[in-house]
Amino acid sequence: MLSIKNLHATVEGKEILRGLDLDIGAGEVHAIMGPNGSGKSTLGHVLTGRQGYEVTAGEVTFMGQDLLALAPEERALTGLFLAFQYPVEIPGVSNMEFLKTAVDGMRKHRGLEVLDSVSFMKQAREVCKRVDLDQNFLKRGVNEGFSGGEKKRNELMQMMLLEPHLGILDETDSGLDIDALQLVASGINSMRDSKRSFILITHYQRLLDFIEPDHVHVLGAGRIVRSGDKSLALELEDKGYGWLESEAV
Amino acid sequence: MSDFIAEALQMVPAEAPDWLSEQRRRGWSSWKSSSMPTRKTEDWKYTRLRALEEGAYLDRAECQDPSSPALTALRDQIHITGLDARMLVFVNGFYSPELSSGEVVGNMEVVLFSEADETQVETIRSHLGTVADRDKYMFTALNDSWLDDGVFVHVKQDRKVTTPLHVVWLTVPQREAFSLSQRLLVVMEAGSEATVVEHFASNEAQQNSFTNGVSELVLAANARLCHYRLHLEEEHALHIGGVHARLDRDARLNSFHLGLGSILKRLDVVVRHEGEGAHCDLNGIYLPRHSQHIDYHTCIEHVRPHCTTKEVFRGIISDNARAVFNGRIHIHPDAQKTVAELRNKNLLTSNKAEVDTKPELEIYADDVKCAHGATVAQLDDYALYYLCSRGIAREHAQVMLSTGFINELINNLQHPSLGEYLKPVLGGLFAQQVTQTERAE
Repeated sequence: MLSIKNLHATVEGKEILRGLDLDIGAGEVHAIMGPNGSGKSTLGHVLTGRQGYEVTAGEVTFMGQDLLALAPEERALTGLFLAFQYPVEIPGVSNMEFLKTAVDGMRKHRGLEVLDSVSFMKQAREVCKRVDLDQNFLKRGVNEGFSGGEKKRNELMQMMLLEPHLGILDETDSGLDIDALQLVASGINSMRDSKRSFILITHYQRLLDFIEPDHVHVLGAGRIVRSGDKSLALELEDKGYGWLESEAV
Repeated sequence: MSDFIAEALQMVPAEAPDWLSEQRRRGWSSWKSSSMPTRKTEDWKYTRLRALEEGAYLDRAECQDPSSPALTALRDQIHITGLDARMLVFVNGFYSPELSSGEVVGNMEVVLFSEADETQVETIRSHLGTVADRDKYMFTALNDSWLDDGVFVHVKQDRKVTTPLHVVWLTVPQREAFSLSQRLLVVMEAGSEATVVEHFASNEAQQNSFTNGVSELVLAANARLCHYRLHLEEEHALHIGGVHARLDRDARLNSFHLGLGSILKRLDVVVRHEGEGAHCDLNGIYLPRHSQHIDYHTCIEHVRPHCTTKEVFRGIISDNARAVFNGRIHIHPDAQKTVAELRNKNLLTSNKAEVDTKPELEIYADDVKCAHGATVAQLDDYALYYLCSRGIAREHAQVMLSTGFINELINNLQHPSLGEYLKPVLGGLFAQQVTQTERAE
């Protein structure tokens, strides 16, 4: 589904990713861990095409397409979704309008009929319930005045409505209390199937107690320095990142 | 430029009720002695009047045939669904009974100056020209000197009028560029309540009119007025004018302004708090694009203690357009315990767009709470990226963000039906802009 080869990327002239390789098959869940500044979030933004994140070498194929040649909106339509670590507040644009515009575009792209407002409203309300957000959040401005946890649940809600092929969750677990964490995890688990894949970017092993990854990777200085199964996460929890970094050098 | 001063004086209308002649004479002498502003005139520093002179708007407005196709088409366009208002329509300054509609509401007197009875004339005479200062605002002087008719709205003591009054001033092009005058006088007696929507519109043809519009709002003690002034004119229609309000004790004015562009649009909004406890909410949106120029000068005079003002103006300036915002709050020595706040936010959507914003606080009392601020920014790249990352095309995302920027004000209008009326108009404007940018690229 996603194949990253020798990816190098710079942000504001500073090289953050330095030859990253990663292959993700359909239906797989990959966890990416690593110390602050190792390039975890950068990877997410490079894949979704954020301005100012410049790819200097390497290639990325997603769903058989050259991902790096696509604009951010095209990447999304191809089935890539990034749950932001810091979702943006957009006062004046209602969450409902935002979600409907996004879903309409996605349905058109997939050759499906666009839902009328009533059917969409119904669907949105159901998803709201699934992520335990009050329906009033649909009427409010996008993320406007939402708490940290509410923003993360709003991200999850968008992912559920857009049904991507690959969901990248950038520290979606950070700042969540245990109840919210379980809720987010069960939301993601409910979306898992043989075709849909996930990349979980996280600092904490805790999330992986609830979402069992197929692979765990450790990012260090812009490359993957170690890959393994879920036991690697436990090992990291035990020993920290230091021993890997010294190995990597 | 001085040509315009002299030539404008030739345009004094032939017929008018006698009682107006005094007003006209005062305006005439005031206008005659004024000199055209230069770059050194602080109030006109960023707004040039060249377009006015070059356009030679020296023809008189003519009465139009209400059954012409241009006007029939406009009829639907100006109707605000859900407002359920009494509608008064003027075309090129002339009242059009054919286009007007709605019942006469018993609680509200609405009459043309030319048709006012003796008692009404008395009331008009005692208020007209007492709020708008012709010596300070030179185009008010010109309006006075051209005065031949106007709309008088009168709400008697403690009367509450629930049906809004919707006054529409339409323009359609004439053979030669022409000038027209608009005048409105609203007198709200003590404890009365009403809503007045001033609406300027024109057909789609390129306009060649110069409108000089002056509205005076008089709010007696405890009166409440909800006022809108919507400028939805075609972009070549010139407009210089103002809204001048005087608030007595505990009066409340809620005034909303919308300015779509023209090559020259200048509006002075002046509110005088002359009684204790008066309150004013003043909000506005200006959206110049192409090579348009919009200038809003607001001035709140806090003359008496315990008055409050909350003012928010937002602008989106695109293409080569230019906006000027000057928001002045003047706290007089006697105006203790004033609470006043002024916010101005601007969004520039092109490298060539320009805004000159100047919030001004002038405080002569020592126990007041005042805040002001102005910002100028571009569309937030990160927000754009966020929307795009959900599959929304960049152009569409730009429209959503621009709309969102002004929706905060539109969503808070006292009459939601007006918001519903304006949203598609403004949304269409932004969408159009995006298509044009695409084409240019």
